[in-house]
Amino acid sequence: MIWNEAKECMSRDEIEALQSARLVKVVNRVYHNVEYYRKKMQAVGLEPGDIKGIEDLDKLPYTTYQDLRDTYPFGLAAVPKSEMVRVHASSGTTGKPKIAVYTRRDIDIWAECVARCLSMAGITRDDIIQVGYGYGLFTGGLGAHYGAEYLGALVLPMSTGNTQKLIDMMIDCDVTSIACTPSYLLHVAEDLEKAGLIDKIKLKSAICGAEPWTDEMRDQMESRLHIKAYDIYGLTEMMGPGVACDCEYHRGLHIWEDHFLPEIIDPVTLKQLPKGSDGELVITNLTKEGMPLIRYRTKDLTSIQYDKCECGRTMARIQRFRGRSDDMLIIRGVNVFPSQVEAALLTVEGTTPHYMLVVDRVDNTDTLEVQVEVAENFFTDEIKSLEKLSKTVHDKLKMAIGLNAKVKLVEPNGLEHFDGKSKHVTDKRKLYQ
Amino acid sequence: MFVKQLSVFLENTEGRLDEVLKILAQGGIDLLSASLADTMEYGVLRLISKEPDKAKQILKEAGFAARIDEVIAVVVPDAVGSLAKVVGMIHAAGINISYIYGLSIDGEGAPIAIKTDDNAKAEGLLNAAGVTTLGMEDLQ
Repeated sequence: MIWNEAKECMSRDEIEALQSARLVKVVNRVYHNVEYYRKKMQAVGLEPGDIKGIEDLDKLPYTTYQDLRDTYPFGLAAVPKSEMVRVHASSGTTGKPKIAVYTRRDIDIWAECVARCLSMAGITRDDIIQVGYGYGLFTGGLGAHYGAEYLGALVLPMSTGNTQKLIDMMIDCDVTSIACTPSYLLHVAEDLEKAGLIDKIKLKSAICGAEPWTDEMRDQMESRLHIKAYDIYGLTEMMGPGVACDCEYHRGLHIWEDHFLPEIIDPVTLKQLPKGSDGELVITNLTKEGMPLIRYRTKDLTSIQYDKCECGRTMARIQRFRGRSDDMLIIRGVNVFPSQVEAALLTVEGTTPHYMLVVDRVDNTDTLEVQVEVAENFFTDEIKSLEKLSKTVHDKLKMAIGLNAKVKLVEPNGLEHFDGKSKHVTDKRKLYQ
Repeated sequence: MFVKQLSVFLENTEGRLDEVLKILAQGGIDLLSASLADTMEYGVLRLISKEPDKAKQILKEAGFAARIDEVIAVVVPDAVGSLAKVVGMIHAAGINISYIYGLSIDGEGAPIAIKTDDNAKAEGLLNAAGVTTLGMEDLQ
């Protein structure tokens, strides 16, 4: 079902006209309301009048994570605090999170975007949906929740952490749909199978996001739970989940182009690439009031297809993600940068030991093992001191990245020594095929 | 008068102990005692030899994390309750014992290695009570 046919099925000309009008408006807003953006534009000799439509997009400077960090927390806000109604955040490369600010209208638009996605997954006001994303600063929980309510579905705000209760209520309340991370859903499937309860559930669909997943995982979810599974994409900086979603034809994720203007750039030369090229996804907020970002580099590598989809929607489709142009990992839906781990390790003994992050997926749950080299300065002759070291590392990491990592002490030189920081990671999951 | 103990960090993987002992043998290190404290994933091998500094250097060059600590080498008289007495004295003085293991050194009684959080004080009170402790020179 198409939630907002007037928007989702516009002709390419209509889309581009709308995008051009909205781009001009948002550029004017940030120029006049955000000093940081004004200075950035002035630095390259740009005035708002120079941007007449989407054909001028590539004149605008990019926004990166570094800009968010430099202006943390409210330096990129385009409205006074009295207009803001909410903040969300996701982890950044160092201690400070990346935050997003929303006005009441932003929350409404977000809810509609999510409702469009849920509708794409066949969910209606007759559905009963469990939201199994974390509620809090993370956009997943509240984002999916508001969207499902906007649609008129009955929402069970489960959040994370209690699979038994989720399963009990799934059965007791005749839940028909679920929004959670794909790996968590497979974990739920496994528990249902173990308990022999697959026949007791009424689940029809799942809308999964917050981490990349594969067709093989979709096949597993669909065959084991007898459901249809859909991929939802988003990022806190732009809004949260619901920026894009895939329809029943699974030909890529339809991005809501009336609110988000996508383009593909070459991450090395930073030049905009022609339509259909492979490169880094860059998105501009067209309607966001709280903290609109201009040409935000998502670091996600993909391409975009613009032909009309069999589902009837004309909104462009983001193709399979091929990886990232930075070293961010997504572990159990949490963004983790190796540099955060490095900073946390530095606080343990005053020096950074050699380390390696080993990410794997065991029984459909992401695991993070942090191997720490026991060099001379970390080594003691007493087991209790070594165990204390392990625990200290574990606790510091928990504070820094919010995940329980398994800490493994290893012999010096047991880890290959590299200069480049991305070599500190071994990802055994095959997320990008 | 302490004995120098060499400890080595070892991952709990097959053949690691064998490897470290072979390297020491090739370096001509005569081991007098060995004790392994292990956990699920790693162990600490504690070694007593006549040339601990040379042994440490050999291991360091081979890439191992090794360090030298002092332990008290106590000659426990060969009689029932002797070890209990020794430990009792240390405990009564409020000194914490980190670990303890037997030493295979020829001589009277049963020599044991004790690591405490205050070796000097512990050895002092043992000597004052007439208990013999050994030093590096006794290892010849």
